[in-house]
Amino acid sequence: MDLFANLALGFGVALSPLNLLYCFMGVLLGTLIGVLPGIGPVATIAMLLPVTFTLPPVSALIMLAGIYYGAQYGGSTTAILVNLPGESSSVITALDGYQLARKGRAGPALGMAAIGSFFAGCVSTVIIALFAPPLAEVALKFGPTEYFSLMVLGLVAAVVLAHGSLIKAIGMVILGLLFGLVGTDVNSGVARYSFGISELSDGIGFVTVAMGMFGIAEIIANLEHKESRDVFVAKIENLMPTWTDIKRCIPAILRGTVLGSALGILPGGGALLASFAAYTLEKKMGDTSMFGKGEIRGVAAPESANNAGAQTSFIPLLTLGIPSNPVMALMIGAMMIQGIAPGPQVMNERPQLFWGMIASMWVGNLMLVILNLPLIGMWVSLLKVPYRMLYPAILVFCAIGVYSVNNTSFDIYLMCIFAVFGIVCVKLECEPAPLILGFILGPMMEENLRRAMLLSRGDPTVFFTKPISLVLLLIALALLIIVLSPAIKRKREEAFQEA
Amino acid sequence: MKIKAPKDFWAGLMFIGFGIAFALIALNYQMGTSVRMGPAYFPTVLGGILAAIGLAMLIESLLVEGPKVARFYFKPVLFLTGALVLFGLLLKPLGLVIALAVLVGLGAFGGLDFRWKEVVVLIVVLAIFSVLVFVKGLGLPIPVWPGD
Repeated sequence: MDLFANLALGFGVALSPLNLLYCFMGVLLGTLIGVLPGIGPVATIAMLLPVTFTLPPVSALIMLAGIYYGAQYGGSTTAILVNLPGESSSVITALDGYQLARKGRAGPALGMAAIGSFFAGCVSTVIIALFAPPLAEVALKFGPTEYFSLMVLGLVAAVVLAHGSLIKAIGMVILGLLFGLVGTDVNSGVARYSFGISELSDGIGFVTVAMGMFGIAEIIANLEHKESRDVFVAKIENLMPTWTDIKRCIPAILRGTVLGSALGILPGGGALLASFAAYTLEKKMGDTSMFGKGEIRGVAAPESANNAGAQTSFIPLLTLGIPSNPVMALMIGAMMIQGIAPGPQVMNERPQLFWGMIASMWVGNLMLVILNLPLIGMWVSLLKVPYRMLYPAILVFCAIGVYSVNNTSFDIYLMCIFAVFGIVCVKLECEPAPLILGFILGPMMEENLRRAMLLSRGDPTVFFTKPISLVLLLIALALLIIVLSPAIKRKREEAFQEA
Repeated sequence: MKIKAPKDFWAGLMFIGFGIAFALIALNYQMGTSVRMGPAYFPTVLGGILAAIGLAMLIESLLVEGPKVARFYFKPVLFLTGALVLFGLLLKPLGLVIALAVLVGLGAFGGLDFRWKEVVVLIVVLAIFSVLVFVKGLGLPIPVWPGD
């Protein structure tokens, strides 16, 4: 079997002492960040990217992936103990998790979250291993026409699944595409939108944009209001859920895993959407009387789903080279800095990287379960560090991080501009996530559009006459129509309202 | 004319502004043809679409009632961006330790709850950590002291 040979290769890479170390550092840092409210995985990964420049590509990606799914674990700890989501994807966990903690059942809630996450992590690792290769095979047949349509579909899906106003999200995507075009045009050599500034002729770094709009802007937003944190300090004695809990949660974990894996693959999907959907589904199943009052299924399902979704969102990245959410956009950036062109060819050209990363996800999930349950006490004490001590440290790491990408202070100033822009966007309810996706895809989209038009001798109907391209565009159109139809529109607003 | 949805009104204006700016600056570059697109082609098209979206939002905001813009707090914005810009300016001539002290001090002052004893401890701890991890450990080429 190819699958086993591939996985064996992957585990060979992932289990090398060096990669184990980076995987461990990744999940540990990820959990740390996940536990701390007020700093998300996007800002963290952007902050730590410069640190990974000197690592070999496999180790760098293993560590960054570890940060992402580690953050999901950590986020749930905060959600359950403090009723504050450490990560946006654990907003839902806080609903029932905190109620359980108040009833003295924080231990079993944390235990169940860990078990559910681990199970989901195992399943989604297998799903990636099974589905990524055939998808990459299909993608290898894609020409520029198909790629352009695929990116259109990806961006439309990202917009559809974004919070809030659809038209604002579309505007943000286009603005992101435009920002992505700043810098020297590969075809003509013209430095676009650089205003004679030499730093800008290399383009705007995505680390700069991500750190400004997610990292610094987040801090500024947090400083507007006094923090109120009510840490649940009672001693957590028993982490093991009872047998009844486990029996009740098995179907919830299964449903959460399936739903999360499916939603993670979608562009715009990933952990956040997965956990919301899983909770909504769970509330419609069986005995619903306890939801909102401490239902352990309300912890197990979204926790399984967000971990599954976090992992399967790597599928479009690894097979198509298209990011499905801002974290994946950063991963693409990390790959490009390491000199790897993301896309379907990665699997064939660098099987060690591809399979090593997949295997490391399983290893990382195992580490999380083994390490984090005993370390809960440490995370709780971390939660007691007030935000006023925390954010100056984040500022320092952002400043050093963004400086060290190109060793120039110019990027710090640019980051400030994006931070202010990010705050303005928050005030106007324009989501930054679609902008980041557009930003990463901008140059790729232009390049594929140019090639497609060159091949078709300037005939734009080519996007509708090539079958694969037509299908992709029709799906995009269907998505838009569905979301714009009044009934669905209402439902969608309700779904986001529950956040 | 009365603005009924301020949030959408300003967002629309922002999109129009960016769209027109990108399209106007693109006039300096070659348009090319649809077969061989010049550097101006894609940004002009996108800028046009963006401006159109902005215009649609603007018109809607005059007709349909919508939420107000949330209050803008200037203090954290000014202090944090100011602290970062100073860090950038001071890093090369004076080194990491002094630049970091300014960044942390000024950044902390931008918060709601400034306690100077904590800030001093924070500066010392972060300076030691950053020098050890980033400069010594990772070997980033950052000057530590003035004249380095």
